[in-house]
Amino acid sequence: MSPSKHLVVVGGGMVAQRLVEALRDRDTAGTWRITVLAEEPRRPYDRVALTSYFSGRDAEDLALGDPGLWHDPLVTLVRDERVASVDRAARTVTTARGRVEAYDHLVLATGSSAWVPPIEGADLPGVFVYRTVDDVAALRGYVEELSQHRTVRGAVIGGGLLGLEAAGALQALGAQATVLQVGTHLMSTQIDLGGGEALRRLINQLGVGVRLNAATARIRPHRRGGVGRLDLADGGRLDADVVVIAAGVRPRDELARDGGLEIGPRGGVVVDDSCLTSDADISAVGEVACIQGACIGLVAPGYAMAEVTVDRLLGGRAEFPGADTATKLKLAGVDVASFGDAFGTTPGALEIVWADPVAGVYKKLVMSDDARTLLGGVLVGDASAYASLRPMLGRELPGDPAAFLLPEGTGGPPDLELPDDAGVCSCNNVSAGAVRGAVTEHRCTDLGAVKACTKAGTSCGSCLPLVKKLVTTELQKQGIAVSTALCEHFALSRAQLYDAVRVSGVRSFTEVVQRFGTRPDARGCDICKPAIGSILATTAPAHVLDGERAALQDTNDHVMANLQKDGSYSVVPRIPGGEVTPEGLIAIGAVAQDFGLYTKITGGQRIDMFGARIDQLPLIWQRLVDAGFESGHAYGKSLRTVKSCVGSTWCRFGVQDSVALAVLLELRYRGLRSPHKIKLGVSGCARECAEARGKDVGVIATDKGWNVYVGGNGGFTPRHAQLLAEDLDTETLIRTIDRFLLYYVRTADRLQRTAPWIGDVEGGLDGVRAVVMEDSLGIAADLDQQMAQHVLDYEDEWKATLEDPEKLRRFSSFVNAPEVADPSLAYVPERGQARPATADERAAALRGEPVLVAGTTLEVRS
Amino acid sequence: MTILDEPTAVWTAVCRLGDLAPERGAAALVGGEQVAIFRLVDGGVLAVQQHDPFSDAYVLSRGIVGSRAVEGVEVPTVASPMHKQVFDLRTGRCLDPAGKAPARGLPPDLRTWAARVRGDVVEIAVPA
Ligand code: SRM
Ligand SMILES: Cc1cc2nc3c(=O)[nH]c(=O)nc-3n(C[C@H](O)[C@H](O)[C@H](O)COP(=O)(O)OP(=O)(O)OC[C@H]3O[C@@H](n4cnc5c(N)ncnc54)[C@H](O)[C@@H]3O)c2cc1C
Ligand code: SF4
Ligand code: FES
Repeated sequence: MSPSKHLVVVGGGMVAQRLVEALRDRDTAGTWRITVLAEEPRRPYDRVALTSYFSGRDAEDLALGDPGLWHDPLVTLVRDERVASVDRAARTVTTARGRVEAYDHLVLATGSSAWVPPIEGADLPGVFVYRTVDDVAALRGYVEELSQHRTVRGAVIGGGLLGLEAAGALQALGAQATVLQVGTHLMSTQIDLGGGEALRRLINQLGVGVRLNAATARIRPHRRGGVGRLDLADGGRLDADVVVIAAGVRPRDELARDGGLEIGPRGGVVVDDSCLTSDADISAVGEVACIQGACIGLVAPGYAMAEVTVDRLLGGRAEFPGADTATKLKLAGVDVASFGDAFGTTPGALEIVWADPVAGVYKKLVMSDDARTLLGGVLVGDASAYASLRPMLGRELPGDPAAFLLPEGTGGPPDLELPDDAGVCSCNNVSAGAVRGAVTEHRCTDLGAVKACTKAGTSCGSCLPLVKKLVTTELQKQGIAVSTALCEHFALSRAQLYDAVRVSGVRSFTEVVQRFGTRPDARGCDICKPAIGSILATTAPAHVLDGERAALQDTNDHVMANLQKDGSYSVVPRIPGGEVTPEGLIAIGAVAQDFGLYTKITGGQRIDMFGARIDQLPLIWQRLVDAGFESGHAYGKSLRTVKSCVGSTWCRFGVQDSVALAVLLELRYRGLRSPHKIKLGVSGCARECAEARGKDVGVIATDKGWNVYVGGNGGFTPRHAQLLAEDLDTETLIRTIDRFLLYYVRTADRLQRTAPWIGDVEGGLDGVRAVVMEDSLGIAADLDQQMAQHVLDYEDEWKATLEDPEKLRRFSSFVNAPEVADPSLAYVPERGQARPATADERAAALRGEPVLVAGTTLEVRS
Repeated sequence: MTILDEPTAVWTAVCRLGDLAPERGAAALVGGEQVAIFRLVDGGVLAVQQHDPFSDAYVLSRGIVGSRAVEGVEVPTVASPMHKQVFDLRTGRCLDPAGKAPARGLPPDLRTWAARVRGDVVEIAVPA
């Protein structure tokens, strides 16, 4: 059935995205065809996360939702297309380029624009607003350009949520920042004077200047051009090379005004609780809508309006539930949150305040007159209680409310058992019950799965601590252990055990289990043994098969090859950076030929030979070692490959020698045992042919040096690596990667790759950057030393094994019949090579049917 | 276990204790069958089938040897190197099927052989 109706959406912002997504989800009959006319030149993106554009995310990373939405045949997104007018009588809209679209229903989702107060000089070069990707890209370019010559001084006009974020962004760009606030305190819409004062101190501590009661009278140019200085109303002045205006927003209601729709007293398109404007064929949603008397500059109420509109379009009767205006500042190092009746305007409201000026903490709860029901609150300096308090709004708090304000370590807030209908994630309107249901009904077993299932925590992220707590509690109820204990033999997590082993200097499994185990006489298991083997490999380096170490290894590490489904093994020689000589290729080919091994190029830029019997491994390796190859550690939780592109040596576009760097890195980190495998990639220019951002560490050449990205992987949950540092010279780059890898080795959980580790480790990516680049934990020298030792100690495991008859004894097929090959192995030819026989083929051969089944030495060459 | 008392079992020498690495297994061919022999940390020796009923491959001697508390007793175990099913080395009982069922409808538990060390020779009781 072809769609019978046409919905036109003006504006391609966050709320428009949610509206289209929800409509396509729910309109299963395909009644509506949707056209989105968007002024910005890109797909809808996460404006809330705009500031993270400065910490290395690129515009792509800000994309919202499933990109597949925009390939839906019923959805048309027209970018770079501003709507200029609406003809309500004809029910058409016309764009600035002259495109005309007829609608059955029209939705205005035009958002707001940054408000620029009428100040002289506001149009000078170097004055920016902060609303779109293009705005921040221009600001970034301007600051980067200037900072090549001097330290850039930045001023931010406006001390609200946005102004503080902009100041943080300026700082992230290496500029000085001063915030000018017209009123008496920062964030005056959300927090009270006491909170504002505490916030000012915190902001100062971050190195951002704050001037209160500071109205800007004029922006003056510099004689070299661009802005130079701000003149304040009180006669003061402030030198500035760049100015960001964050003085507020204005709804983009111009289409509605021109079309004669009702407009609110302070702007915005007036809508009723069903989000309809004064024209029943037109709705307005998001920031442009004036709902229940006001425009709301937050995304959650916008999403709620989108859902209401979709419901109405499909014949439902949903109504806007009222706005949750709770906010939390997303500035690293500053905790501020405000929710509910933060100013205590409810008649009879009681305020309970706890302030510690020394620690920079201010907390206030607003309670009903009987001090039992929570009405609102302000938290500055320590907002840890925010996630659990916000859903309790309008409900009775158990026990003494003051308990929620006391600092951590004094018993902490009582555990809240949230009712199922309490909202947990307001961005996505997810209740506690829905989160619990994800675990109980949809069988999610970790936070990631619950996020994917419910969308909770996928927008601003401020609800994540609470979501995590709910998930953990629910899992525990299901009897699913979420303890961090390694296994039944160790109550410690891997990171704790790593530290314990490193600090105590113990060198063997027996010592480790006796000192740190749950039962000193236990002998471990397939979980803790390899984990301890891996820990000892970097705390007390020794050959994998030395003494008791041999008993800790999985079969892969124990025979230094990869176990295959039939019990045979595969062999991968190291090919550093993917660079291999013709002679090397011929040597590998000859080995494969002589031992009848199935041969294939791996997904990791090297060659794998399959079907080797355990007793053949030493013979194969003797040949490979003689030809100059060494173990590729394809079997180890350790460095795998450093993938490279061809780079500047040959490529027309290359700006650095990516192959040389890849080889250098692979030789440096080879053999480094880690919580999970580690992969690196090096691309010679931004075209990224080595797919470096799909690796745990990705290096991309720039004109000035190397950019390094961390936390990428393929696999089940692919992740793009995030920018850690830019334009490093080779020496700094190597030091940075050294520290990154060892910090990971020390603190990650077992079988945790770098991406989830970065999500879990203290401070996230910023925390990692602080440790690696600024030595915030004071462990850099120690890490540098540990890596230097690793490089020094490295020896090829296979070569060492071949030289040690004791170790070679492990490779016999049968202790009592070393000359007999494993009779269970059976192969059939396929595409010119051997492959394991299937169960059916074996059975057929046993029945005497004519199936060609033979041992590994099967002749398959034609 | 009970085979020990059966008059029909014959103790067959397989290798020297020194041929076995502590807390690892080794495969042996005994009476035409593949047996996985394990040397425990205390020098004791246990034997189960080399065939892993879950993956249908002859690999159990290459698993990680450990122990697990079963009803308060520390039981010696081996985990299949293929998909980590855990077996009691003394009884062959599968303690953890790791969410899988054995291949081709095979029983999950392992066959065991009595094993002992005489002098430094490892012996397996083979039914006559
Ligand atoms: C051989 C190879 C496939 C091939 O023929 O191309 C391969 C084979 C295996 N991969 Fe892989 N992976 C191979 C490249 C990759 C790649 C591609 C790459 O490296 O660029 C990826 C995606 C990139 C990445 O790792 O982020 C990849 C992601 C995985 C994953 C998912 C990891 C994750 O973080 O989600 C697993 C599962 C795991 O490790 O838990 C896995 C696990 C495995 C295992 C260990 C599965 C197993 O237990 O048997 C396979 C080992 C077989 C063997 O004997 O070698 N393999 N595997 C590739 C060896 C590359 C090499 O030269 O060493
Ligand atoms: C830096 C920053 C941080 C923020 N942080 C938070 C936060 O932490 N929490 C929170 O809740 N909110 C936050 N917000 C506010 C949040 O981003 C907005 O509430 C939300 O984006 C509103 O969505 P919208 O779709 O109504 O408008 P927008 O996302 O602004 O989208 C409107 C779109 O319509 C386009 N448009 C306008 N007129 C036309 C036309 N005539 N024709 C075609 N297209 C048109 C615009 O170009 C724009 O792309 C933040 C905003 C910024 C800028
Ligand atoms: S994708 Fe799966 S089947 Fe293929 S090699 Fe990797 S793990 Fe094996
Ligand atoms: S409250 Fe914003 S993501 Fe949940």
